[in-house]
Amino acid sequence: MTETQNKETIAGKLVAVEGLDGSGKSTQVYLLKRWLELDGYKVFFTEWNSSAIVRKATRKGKKRQLLTPTTFSLIHCTDFADRYERQILPLLNAGYIVLADRYVFTAFARDAVRGCDRAWIRKLYSYALKPDLIFYFDVPLKTALARILDGRTRVKYHEAGMDMGYSKDPYESFRIFQGKIHNEYRRMVHEYDFIRVDASEPPDVQQVKVREILETKIDLPRYRWHGSIYPRHVQ
Amino acid sequence: MQKPKRFYGKGIPGVDLDQLKGQLIVVEGADGSGRSTQIDLLRNWLERRGYPTVNVGLKRSMLVSRELEQAMQGNILGTRTLSLFYATDFADQLENRIIPALRSGFIVLADRYIYTLMSRSIVRGVEPAWIRDVYSIALVPDAVFYLAVSPKILVERNLRKHAVLDYWESGMDMHRSSNMYGSFIEYQRLIQKEFKAMQTLYGFETINGNRSPRAIQHALRAKIEVILNGKSGLVEEGSHDDANGTERIARSATTFADGSKRDQPAVRGQSAARHRSTH
Repeated sequence: MTETQNKETIAGKLVAVEGLDGSGKSTQVYLLKRWLELDGYKVFFTEWNSSAIVRKATRKGKKRQLLTPTTFSLIHCTDFADRYERQILPLLNAGYIVLADRYVFTAFARDAVRGCDRAWIRKLYSYALKPDLIFYFDVPLKTALARILDGRTRVKYHEAGMDMGYSKDPYESFRIFQGKIHNEYRRMVHEYDFIRVDASEPPDVQQVKVREILETKIDLPRYRWHGSIYPRHVQ
Repeated sequence: MQKPKRFYGKGIPGVDLDQLKGQLIVVEGADGSGRSTQIDLLRNWLERRGYPTVNVGLKRSMLVSRELEQAMQGNILGTRTLSLFYATDFADQLENRIIPALRSGFIVLADRYIYTLMSRSIVRGVEPAWIRDVYSIALVPDAVFYLAVSPKILVERNLRKHAVLDYWESGMDMHRSSNMYGSFIEYQRLIQKEFKAMQTLYGFETINGNRSPRAIQHALRAKIEVILNGKSGLVEEGSHDDANGTERIARSATTFADGSKRDQPAVRGQSAARHRSTH
């Protein structure tokens, strides 16, 4: 990953969480965010595929099944770029701890499974800063599948990789697709220094570990709010 | 023989290039360079001769064109985001219009292609290597014609036609000058510099677009004729006449290719409805 801006000059810290659907990573990053904001740290949370402007087009593309592997990849990169240019980078410059629920590695995994060239995908996202910490919530495929499939009556078309034509049965397709994504993640663990978290443990146990790692890797007191832009009684 | 098709990089996954029997012809140039006029004339010429054609251009994808238009109205997207949004629009048309048409043996006339998109991004500060990588998905055209028109003439043509300059084609988002006239000229110079730099890299033909529409059309036809002749297939009735026509066209093209700067606005006879600001 190349860096357009010298990382030394960036005051903030970037923390990414990655993992399969059903790995529990969203729960963990939510708890991380609650802890940091309640304890008075400058924290910002951003989610994959959530740019207000771009998401409309993505939704239409998904709903009407207009997307191909290449346009799927590009539209998600557009979404990411919007959040990156307007929020992630400015907030990092302003000295925030930015928590990202899924980062470029999600694209690396999904787009590669969909058949896009791995080198091309990496170049597409080459403008993105490498996170200071990447937590990878590692869970046996079976557990992840059970968590997703137990709680829901149906899985979404793209989530199940139905566009890949693995199987006409959404559940079977989902299993195959997630299995392939799992393999892609495993390839990246060493390539990008993922911090593995055993996501089959109880959530509170995982959270304790995650917080411990964060505290050792990030000098948290630097990220406290100092003073206030509001009168005291409002806080 | 027809040159085999190729992508600039890895291209689109799962496309069998050998199946792409048609021809991809690109016309590049600024607003007011006469692109659309020339493409309309080429289309008539080709269809009269029995070649099926398809027109493509920027911001015409089913996937994102409307959303892209809305985002530009508000002018709130960052440069990189906008570049990627355009790339998505391009990829959608490449996969859903250009490639299928080429597979069916059509001639695809592209009103602008990746070169405009790349130069717009580069003049706005995006790294050239990055944007080239983004567009490594693109198919290498069979021919690219760049209609080079001096910025002064562009200004005159645009004003005569619309009485107003386009915000984006004037580079107003770059805030280099509050004077729109000056900004337009400066922006078009920057774009032309990028095109010049790309010319060696991508090997496209620069056509002197300062000339009359007729002279430009003759030059284009002569060059396209060469491409079509390299292709087996259509031998039509009256091909003898056509050969004569070609000779005549080729001759007149040389007459005009002396670099003389004749200011003949390409506006007459062009339907206003056909004009669409493509940025």
